[in-house]
Amino acid sequence: MVNLIRPTLVLLALLTFVTGIAYPLLVTAIGQTAMADQANGSLVMRDGKPIGSRLLGQTFTSPKYFWGRPSATSPMPNNAASSSGANLGPTNPALKDAVAGRIEVLQKADPSNQQAVPIDLVTTSASGLDPDISEAAARYQNNRIAAARSLTAAQVAAVIDANREGALFGFLGEPRVNVLRANLALDALAAPATP
Amino acid sequence: MTGQAFLLLAAFLVLLFVLSWPLGRLLARISDQARPVWSAVERPFYRLAGVDGASGMTWSTYALALLLFNSAGALVVYLLQRVQHLLPLNPQAFPAVSPDSAFNTAVSFVANTNWQGYAGESTMSYLVQMLGLTVQNFLSAATGCAVAFALIRAFAARSSKSIGNFWVDVTRVTLYVLLPLSLIVAVFLISQGVIQNLKPYQEVNTIERVTYDSPKNGVDGQPIKDAKGQPVMESVTRPTQTIAMGPVASQEAIKMLGTNGGGFFNANSAHPYENPTALSNFIQMLSIFLIPAALCFAFGRVVGDMRQGIAVLATMTLIFVALTCVVLWSEQQANPVLATLGTDAAQSATQSGGNMEGKEVRFGISASALFAAITTAASCGAVNAMHDSFLPLGGAATMLLMQLGEVVFGGVGSGLYGMLVFALLAVFVAGLMIGRTPEYLGKKIESYDIKMVSLAILVTPFLVLVGTAVAVMTDAGQAGISNPGAHGFSEVLYALSSAANNNGSAFAGLSANTPFYNILLAIAMWFGRFAIIIPVLAVAGSLAAKKRLEVTPGTMPTHGPLFVVLLIATVLTVGALTYIPALALGPVVEHLQLFAPAASSAGAK
Repeated sequence: MVNLIRPTLVLLALLTFVTGIAYPLLVTAIGQTAMADQANGSLVMRDGKPIGSRLLGQTFTSPKYFWGRPSATSPMPNNAASSSGANLGPTNPALKDAVAGRIEVLQKADPSNQQAVPIDLVTTSASGLDPDISEAAARYQNNRIAAARSLTAAQVAAVIDANREGALFGFLGEPRVNVLRANLALDALAAPATP
Repeated sequence: MTGQAFLLLAAFLVLLFVLSWPLGRLLARISDQARPVWSAVERPFYRLAGVDGASGMTWSTYALALLLFNSAGALVVYLLQRVQHLLPLNPQAFPAVSPDSAFNTAVSFVANTNWQGYAGESTMSYLVQMLGLTVQNFLSAATGCAVAFALIRAFAARSSKSIGNFWVDVTRVTLYVLLPLSLIVAVFLISQGVIQNLKPYQEVNTIERVTYDSPKNGVDGQPIKDAKGQPVMESVTRPTQTIAMGPVASQEAIKMLGTNGGGFFNANSAHPYENPTALSNFIQMLSIFLIPAALCFAFGRVVGDMRQGIAVLATMTLIFVALTCVVLWSEQQANPVLATLGTDAAQSATQSGGNMEGKEVRFGISASALFAAITTAASCGAVNAMHDSFLPLGGAATMLLMQLGEVVFGGVGSGLYGMLVFALLAVFVAGLMIGRTPEYLGKKIESYDIKMVSLAILVTPFLVLVGTAVAVMTDAGQAGISNPGAHGFSEVLYALSSAANNNGSAFAGLSANTPFYNILLAIAMWFGRFAIIIPVLAVAGSLAAKKRLEVTPGTMPTHGPLFVVLLIATVLTVGALTYIPALALGPVVEHLQLFAPAASSAGAK
């Protein structure tokens, strides 16, 4: 037993140095030199200042923007310092109430819209930071945004088309729209869009 | 199951086999301790450690070395968490982790479970993530692989006292397999958007302000309470978003390759900074199964008959595909409760549809369900969707994959040695049926071996079922349950299944960061790991000492379809007989409530 103590301590120390210091620092060096944008969070800049990350959802509540997935993070939704899902089970009455409440908010903002609501727009994401909505969820909001911005429905649809992403090789990924990018595209549209 | 899901599963399996074949060759090569691999790299480690790499160990010395090495590792992880506030690389100034949580986490990462009672981005400093957690991501996987090496060498050995040298196994697996693969995967993940930096959390000015309710604090800084003792809420408006940072990619790579599964962030692989694209998700899924699959090929090579390795791999693959289809099918269903509210969950060209609660849009149903099956089949436990929100049968399939003993690919090393334990049981059962002394790979399986095999198989069900019973019968255990009814029971059953089988995923609604769960689950994880490793090493010691018999016409072949069926039947029989009563109380009841509410409520009356 005594002759096992030295290898235990020495190998633990050596392998800790290799895997816990040398390896992560080497990866950091590679990331910061070769792919600094991604390694630092894929931040989106406007007027020289970061306004978010294209990989992280942020909260939109104005009718003139695309709304993202509901988020269960606390204390505020889309808290990028405390990711979390809602973890409501499928039979939990709280899930039914929450979804019913979200449908009500959507319909109040767009009373003329009689379509069934795409499921991802009223259910919480796993991370609470989902940056995307399904293409269906974007199309569902088309007319509300057009009305709020005095645009034609076709102009908003064109923004969705331009920001739609599909599946890589036909099977990797789902039809989706990045909410932050689409909203920046809306803001970048011609004059009537800006208040 | 949609066409896309089928394509995804097929592409995954094909790539897995193509990539694991050459890796199996490498693993077989480094498991051979009689030949040096790259002595300029290895030798300095052995010299400093005072190890004679050429000298073998008896099984008991091997087990003792393994226990010492892992216990020392657990102590380091515990201490690092307890003093993190005094150490550098803590830009968010997190305080010391509580003793029970630090204990749970230390055991969890050393036991290759990576159950997480804490939320990474609001608890752990960068130093603890790197020096404590990343290190054990490597070393626990290397430990599992070492045990698998010892066992397969024992099958190949002839009348040998030694099962190999533990120090050589751990050093070689870490340096030649885990490190290079992690480096490649980590750099790839960065290219997809996984972050890798040591910066403090970033504050950005968002486009819209966010308004939310927050407890109001009085002048003394304490929350104000109303007459009923409820905190008074006030509306707060915030123009910024705080974005967590950190050295994520380096930990993410080994988290997958080592079947560890402990996320840098609370949301694990659902977090866009851990798993930003459908492609990063695909690579993460491959990384989970890569080494467990390659070990099957390595096994075939070492015992000198590749068909034996392929039979084991085929067994794993068949069970995996069957249960994966259950998860894929289940999650593509609409939740009937939500369908009545006027939601559209049909799969179409513009949405994945299905049960999207607790899932990410970029993964949709197929990549979430496949990931869930992979992570529970392997003892990985990373999640890219919240299993707690799965429909009942999808959740039951993930639970069952763990409860089968994590032998369907399983953990790095532990999957193979777990499946070989079942193979020994299968030949023993077959031997009883035909009245011959059972043999596997030319080794006679005798009374001592079968006792150890039984011990290794029975430890986990004992921990899971007794642990669940204790938790649901005590106030402290019930206090953690978040969902009402049958689903609440499933949360507890899932937690114990996950811990004792060293998986680490959760029905995460369970509030497990309490002294009760931290200690109960730590016990389940530690014994679920080492109370299996020790009997497995004992079997290795016993097998290594035996002669290798020649194949005769009376030898039962262990490489054909018949044996694969026998092995599947053994695994399923043990798993099903043990867990069906418990599963009936949780997911089965919930399924009936959800899909036949009238019938089940009538039954309740």
